[in-house]
Amino acid sequence: MLNQDKIRDLGDALFVALRDRTMIDPLTEREPEISIEDAYQISLRLLERRVADGETIIGKKIGVTSTAVQRMLDVHQPDFGYLTDRMLYADADEVPISKQLMQPRAEGEIAFVLKRDLMGPGVTNAQVLAATELVLPCFEIVDSRIRDWKIRIQDTVADNASCGLFVLGSQGVDPRRVDLTTCGMVVEKNGQILSTGAGAACLDSPVNAVAWLANTLGRVGVALKAGEVILSGSLVPLEPVQAGDYMSVEIGGIGSASVRFA
Amino acid sequence: MSTLDKATILALAEHLESAELQAHDVKKVTDQYPDMDFEDAYDIQWEIRRRKVERGDRIIGMKMGLTSRAKMKQMGVETPVYGFLADYFERPESSEIKVSELIHPKVEAELAFVTKAPLKGPGCHVGQVLAAIDFVIPAVEIIDSRYENFRFDLISVVADNSSSSRFVTGSRMAAPADLDMRTLGVVMEKNGAVVEVGAGAAVLGNPVASAALLVNMMAERGEELPAGSLILTGGITAAVQVEAGDSVNVRFQDLGSVSMRFV
Repeated sequence: MLNQDKIRDLGDALFVALRDRTMIDPLTEREPEISIEDAYQISLRLLERRVADGETIIGKKIGVTSTAVQRMLDVHQPDFGYLTDRMLYADADEVPISKQLMQPRAEGEIAFVLKRDLMGPGVTNAQVLAATELVLPCFEIVDSRIRDWKIRIQDTVADNASCGLFVLGSQGVDPRRVDLTTCGMVVEKNGQILSTGAGAACLDSPVNAVAWLANTLGRVGVALKAGEVILSGSLVPLEPVQAGDYMSVEIGGIGSASVRFA
Repeated sequence: MSTLDKATILALAEHLESAELQAHDVKKVTDQYPDMDFEDAYDIQWEIRRRKVERGDRIIGMKMGLTSRAKMKQMGVETPVYGFLADYFERPESSEIKVSELIHPKVEAELAFVTKAPLKGPGCHVGQVLAAIDFVIPAVEIIDSRYENFRFDLISVVADNSSSSRFVTGSRMAAPADLDMRTLGVVMEKNGAVVEVGAGAAVLGNPVASAALLVNMMAERGEELPAGSLILTGGITAAVQVEAGDSVNVRFQDLGSVSMRFV
C-alpha cells in the first residue's frame, strides 16, 4: 500500500502529463509495490484534478474486457475509468491529435445510456437491460500517458483506464431490438475493412461488462446513474491512428459512427 | 495454361479422392509437380467431381474458400478458391460427426445461400446474386485438408477440392432483404467457451460478393450454377481445430444457431 502523499503525487503527475501532453515512465517502475487498489486511488486523484479544472463526469468506461488483453496484462478481470464532458466528440467530428492526444489507438465499442440508476452488488444482466435507455455505436480513442504504452495493469488503472476520448454515433436503439451478444461489428480504416467482431468479444457479452461494473462499484457504494454513458469494452483489436486517418464502425442492428483525425 | 497431361490429371484425382474417402493424409501434389498451375489444379478438382457423379453421388452446391483479405495477403494470392459440395458431405443439425472419417478437421462459421434461379457468368454481379437467392441460412463448414500437417500451397488446396469435407446448416431461414449480411455477427463456442467472433464483412466485404465471384470463376470453365444450389460463401471466423469429444455451437445474429458434436 502506498501512503496518501505518494498517491496524490502520482495522480498529480498523471494530470500534468495529460494536460501538457508529455509522457511519463511507468508508475510500476517508480513504485514497484503499487497495488491495484492504490492505482484506483491514484485514478481518483487524477479525476479530482480534472473536475477542479472544470470537467464534468458524464459516465464510465470498462476496459481490459477481451481475453487477449487480459492475457497480455496477466489479469482475469476488467478495469474501469471515468468519462468527462471534455472527452466527448460527436459522430463524424474531427479529433485534433496534436491538441488532445499522444499515442492514440481506436477501438469499436457499444455504449450504453442508462435511464435508471444501477446500484450493486447483486445487479443482474436483466436489470442492466431494464435500466438501459439506448445502446449506441462508439469509438473509444484510448491513449496512454505512460511512455510507449509500457503498461502493467496498475499503470493503466491509475491512468483512468487509458481513456483518451470517445465518439458516439448519432443514432441509438432500444436494447430490446438487438441481440447484444451476436451483433456484428465492422471497422474500416481509410476505406478498407480493418477488422470484424461481435458482441461476445467483450466478456462474452457487453451486458456482462456493465453488470460487472455496477457490482464492482456497488461494493464501494457508488451507483451507475441515470443518464450516464457506459462504454462497455472493445469488440475488435486496438488500432493505432495518426493525423489524416479516417475510421468508421458499423454495428449490426445498432448503427454506425465515424471519426477523422487531424 | 495447363502443364499436366490427361493421364496425370486422372491419376492425381484418384490419388486425392482416395485420401479423402479413406481419411489418410498425403504429400502435397506440388511436391511431385512443382510446375503445375491453377488450371491443372481445377482440372483435378473437376475430375474428382466427375468420379463422384459417376459413382452416384449428387453435387448439391459449391463452397468458397480463402475469402478473407488477410488470409489472401498471407498466402500471397489475389483471388479466393472454390470447391464443390457432394450430398454426403452434409450432416444433420445437432448430430454427431465422426472424426474417424476425417483427418484433421477444422470448423468455420459461414453464411449459406440456397438459390432459386440459375446463375451464370461472366459478368455476374451482386444484384443478380441477391435476386437469385431463395433464402439465407446459417452454416458451419468442417474443412479437412488431405495434406500432411496442413503443409500446402494454394494450387494443392484447389486440387484437393479446397479442403471440402462436411457441413451442417441451421434451420432459421431469412430473405436477403431482411438481413444486413455485412454486419451480421457470429459467435463460435467450443465446449461452452467463446473461441471466435466476426461479422459478414470478413468475407470479401460482403458474402454476396463472394457468391458473385464464385459464379464468375466457374464461368472461366464454361460452367454455371443451377437453381437450387447451396453456396457456402466462406469463413467469417478463422478455422478452429476440433477433435473427438468437442462440441461446437455457433450463434448467428438474426439467424439462430448451428451446433454439432465430434465423436
